[in-house]
Amino acid sequence: MLPAIEIEGLTYSFHGVTVLEDVNLSIRKGEFVALIGPNGGGKTTLLKLILGLWRPDTGTVRIFGKSPRQMSHRIGYVPQDIHINRHFPVSALDVVLMGKMGPGQKKFWHSAEDRLIAHQALGRMGMGDYCNRRIGELSGGQRQRVLIARALVTEPDILLLDEPTSNIDSQGQGDFYELLKELNETVTILLVSHDVMILSSYVKSVACVNRKIHYHDEPEVTGDMMNMFHCPVEIVAHGVPHRVLQKH
Amino acid sequence: MGCLTVCCKSTEARHKRWRTTVNEDLSAEFEKWFITCGQASGNKMIEALQYEFMRNALMAGLLASIICGMIGTLVVVNRIVFLSGGIAHAAYGGIGLAFFLGIPYLFGTIGFAFVAAMIMAFVTIRSPQRSDTIIGVIWAVGMAIGIILLDLTPGYHVDLMSYLFGSILAVPRQDLLIMGGVIGGVALVVTGLYNRFLSMSYDAEFARLRGVPVTFLFLLMVAMISISVVILIRVVGLILVIALLTIPPFIAEKYAKSLYHMMVIASILSAIFTIGGLWLSFTFNLTSGATIILLAGSVFFFSLIVDRVLKKG
Repeated sequence: MLPAIEIEGLTYSFHGVTVLEDVNLSIRKGEFVALIGPNGGGKTTLLKLILGLWRPDTGTVRIFGKSPRQMSHRIGYVPQDIHINRHFPVSALDVVLMGKMGPGQKKFWHSAEDRLIAHQALGRMGMGDYCNRRIGELSGGQRQRVLIARALVTEPDILLLDEPTSNIDSQGQGDFYELLKELNETVTILLVSHDVMILSSYVKSVACVNRKIHYHDEPEVTGDMMNMFHCPVEIVAHGVPHRVLQKH
Repeated sequence: MGCLTVCCKSTEARHKRWRTTVNEDLSAEFEKWFITCGQASGNKMIEALQYEFMRNALMAGLLASIICGMIGTLVVVNRIVFLSGGIAHAAYGGIGLAFFLGIPYLFGTIGFAFVAAMIMAFVTIRSPQRSDTIIGVIWAVGMAIGIILLDLTPGYHVDLMSYLFGSILAVPRQDLLIMGGVIGGVALVVTGLYNRFLSMSYDAEFARLRGVPVTFLFLLMVAMISISVVILIRVVGLILVIALLTIPPFIAEKYAKSLYHMMVIASILSAIFTIGGLWLSFTFNLTSGATIILLAGSVFFFSLIVDRVLKKG
């Protein structure tokens, strides 16, 4: 069976600085991968290359065996909230409806069915009462849920999330991870996170990105990652339970 | 009667400026008004003429407000105010080109502004980090080309002041029709592609992933800006165009529930500023374009202060 995401010999540089070098990664369908690594290590860059928004200098990215541009409509994407204009005059529902835009869509306006689906997606994220609120009136965590609902209505096969819980409180995070776990029954998930909780209890594997990539098929951070990639710096610094670390 | 004298006085002042202006038809028409006004003040006919003259100005202001409401909203939410300023200034090169080559004003200016706009748009897409510099260069070079070409054109010259502040008091009916046409075209495009424009403006990356033709929409938007700006400059002037493209949408953005709503509020605000400004300029015998801008600017700063106070309180 074709892997959901397959990356071979990928190199990417930006303004002459190599961001990613010789990256090889193969993610099976149904995986739940946490992408960890230091800031500036290339995590977000990797997501954008997988999405086909940027093109690699060398190497290839394949989504179910096809190019990202052909497959981008089957990937749900939750970007970091900070990159989006908060003062934009748009309601939560209208943001979610943007997920219902599709290739070859001829309609001028969204159908009643699309609106219903968008409503339900917001409801699923516990945001049903906020449909008509302006996006700027919501808290950071609420906005994040709207963006996740927007990704869900695209009915994706793969879900890419860029630090989705950075604005959500710990109670909210627990609920959110339960939701991801449930989604993971049908959807392959790749998530950028600094959060240790998710490493310990939810993900199936961990990939560490710091210019190069180190993929580990177990939900733990290996000694290799610690030494070569400086990945678990935050984990150690936060004094977090050692079960995320491999026994030496 | 008092009002009439003031009208004559202010038209006289503008008459000198207008002699040297862009459009011969305009000049002739204005001259007619001027002469009738001077010869037989108090005549009912003149009052009617005065009414039409004012009506054209008001109509031009209202039409400009609608265009600016729609286009300005896109400009503000996409944060391309600088690019729009670049187009408006570079368009002066087109005026110079039109006079130098002796081609019709609208063809020359729209053509030149369109090409300049497309270059700036492509630069913005290809290297967003560098785009402000390149836009600044095109902005300056466009204006310089206009001035040099006008130097090289014998005889008839365009007054820079009329380009900057326009002549809303002397808008011929033909220009009103053209503005109406532009409104129709822009409204059609914006309505038909509303969801796509919304999606692109809010989150272009996500829109691209959903198969929305982001690059095409961006170029289409910049093309609409360039055409609208050229039409509006002739009527209300470069400075007023930039003011109406930015100030009303900025105020509207804070209270609007949707992009469409923002366009409506911005258009209404523009209309209030334009009509209020015209009324003030007649009452106090001031230059109309600058008065409209100062009125809009005062409301702009007032709204900022009100926001501050409300947030603190």
